[in-house]
Amino acid sequence: MTVAATRTDTALLQTRGLTKHFPIRRGLFGRTVGTVRAVDGVDLTIPAGRTVALVGESGCGKSTLGRCLLRVHPPTSGEIVYHRTDGTAVDLAALDEKGLKPYRSEIRLVFQDPFASLNPRMTLLQIVGEPLRVNLRLSAKETEERVAELLRRVGLRPEYLRRYPNAFSGGQRQRVGIARALALAPRLVVADEAVSALDVSVRAQILNLLKDLQDESDLTYLFISHDLGVVEYMADEVAVMYVGRVVETGATEEMYGQPLHPYTEALLSAVPDPDPAARRRERIVLRGEVADASNVPSGCPFHPRCAYAQDVCRTDVPALRLVAPGRTSACHFAGQLDLKGVDGP
Amino acid sequence: MVTTTVERTVDEADDAPVVGGQASPWRLVWRRFRKHRLALAGAVVVLFAYFVVAFAEILAPGSPSAVDEKHTYAPPQIVKVDLSWDDGLRLYANGYTTKRDPETFEQIHTVDPGKRIPVTFFAKGDAYKMWGVIPWDRHLFASADPDQKVYFLGTDRAGRDVFSRIIHGARVSLSIGLVGVAVSFVLGLLFGGISGYFGGTPDLAIQRVIEFLMSIPTLPLWLSLSAAVPDQWGPLARYFAITTILSVIGWTGLARVVRGRFFSLREEDFVTAARLDGCGRGRIIFRHMVPSMSSHVIASLTMAVPGMILGETAMSFLGLGLQSPAVSWGVLLQEAQNIRTVETAPWLLIPGVAVFVTVLAMNFVGDGLRDSADPYK
Repeated sequence: MTVAATRTDTALLQTRGLTKHFPIRRGLFGRTVGTVRAVDGVDLTIPAGRTVALVGESGCGKSTLGRCLLRVHPPTSGEIVYHRTDGTAVDLAALDEKGLKPYRSEIRLVFQDPFASLNPRMTLLQIVGEPLRVNLRLSAKETEERVAELLRRVGLRPEYLRRYPNAFSGGQRQRVGIARALALAPRLVVADEAVSALDVSVRAQILNLLKDLQDESDLTYLFISHDLGVVEYMADEVAVMYVGRVVETGATEEMYGQPLHPYTEALLSAVPDPDPAARRRERIVLRGEVADASNVPSGCPFHPRCAYAQDVCRTDVPALRLVAPGRTSACHFAGQLDLKGVDGP
Repeated sequence: MVTTTVERTVDEADDAPVVGGQASPWRLVWRRFRKHRLALAGAVVVLFAYFVVAFAEILAPGSPSAVDEKHTYAPPQIVKVDLSWDDGLRLYANGYTTKRDPETFEQIHTVDPGKRIPVTFFAKGDAYKMWGVIPWDRHLFASADPDQKVYFLGTDRAGRDVFSRIIHGARVSLSIGLVGVAVSFVLGLLFGGISGYFGGTPDLAIQRVIEFLMSIPTLPLWLSLSAAVPDQWGPLARYFAITTILSVIGWTGLARVVRGRFFSLREEDFVTAARLDGCGRGRIIFRHMVPSMSSHVIASLTMAVPGMILGETAMSFLGLGLQSPAVSWGVLLQEAQNIRTVETAPWLLIPGVAVFVTVLAMNFVGDGLRDSADPYK
């Protein structure tokens, strides 16, 4: 069961049944006492040249999914099909570290924390130049020229080449992180909560920078975020995750207008409305906590918190199915419920 | 490939002038260390001690093994300044008068204000070979009269100059710390690195070994290990045997520090970033991880040196470490083992002061380094 790419776009990357389980070990000899199902059979398609957002609450596995795509974590099972420029496809999940090397420069990560992701003991030149030196084996002079160019592209002065990151603000550091991601002219950039750690004033600048870079270099983004306002601004398509599974996908506007899963409805109802004169939307406050990924509820994992839950939800696991053109949902009653989205302008 | 040159305009908020950020990590460590007064004072003392070690032959007024049967257990002679002599300022020390105790027939030396022995800089004295190569006979500060020695800190049972022996003893005592720590450093870095970088089973095994070694009481372990050192071994072989014994226990602490740092660094985003940049394992470890822990490692090494010095002193004091004719602070303290000697010749305890001052200074330095090891906190 593959989520069909919405329009006629060609997929850049597709996951099939991607699963990441972390064993829980206890005791002196590390006996496995349980499993955290961080990512549990995810099928996701990222069309080339577009921005796909991955949303969900903290702990729903969206960052783990992103890091699996980059092979930071080896996936437990499933496929990561990457379509190369020559039209052939390769399963990244099956490659070893050596085989992955060429793809490490085509798929890049922008980290959430602009403080932890830059080595405090390296200058901007060393940080941004590292992928260039390692992969392209450029000389010191060439590296310096390229890094200066990259800094200019992300809106930093090239004079700061030899400074250490401690002098820079959060927004400036995130620009450095973006420059590092762009150093090898990637095709796919995974932005893992790339603006969550930034001040609101700086956030918009970084988002605009990412948009501009996408236009200039024909980038594809996987934009991982819990902020639905930011997602609405950035993404062409959205995939909603709950306890390691994708529960709904669709084009951003369509989903925001008419969600097809009760969880999406609840998430959207929490988006703050900037217009005070607007009719107050009813906020859906979810009962309880996010389900524990090491002890997933039976049936639909969302049923203990769902206002529409029926008996079938407690027993049968709903599959992600095509509900409307370009829209999928993993709800037994998708299309039958009248779910509220965000009111249009 | 990127061909477009984009001169991007940035909102003012993010184009704020960048102040600083030009100081290298080591410079930041030094800035913080400098503020630690006690550590700075300790560093001066330690540097001075190693300066003494380097130039022991010149700085000592005499040979550490020169025996003076006429002056056993002679008390310290204090340097005095004489202004009354015709040709200006002169330095001198008072000579001894020797009496024999009518009951024990022991020689008793007392400083006699009536006798004067001139003292000068770069005096001719016992011949020696500087660093074992350059022959010379000058001593920085000693008696001007080659026939009449001056003992600034008294003499021991065989009439050997305690001051010269402390200076020469520093050579063994202070270098054993460094050599021992160097051995511990290699072992600790290796095992701590394996433990921390790979984790899992190797980590489990190494940690159990460390716990085992740490749970053995050090003194009995030293005793049994040094008892295994053959008696006929020369002083040099014995020296290295003792060093090895000390570092067998010394590496465990460092291994734990290294392991802990590796564990925390492994989870750092910038290490993940290095991996995603395509760096190999070696480059990740040596270029991205090791620089972040080098200052911590240096700090714990500095803290380990005084432990080694004390270990050597303790072993030699018990007669299990170095033995005469080797000279170390522990060997010197062996002279002051019984209460009667201490009562009649308390100056034999002065090597203990040298140990105390050096160890204290090193601890201060280690403390200061530990506090300034991570300038980014």
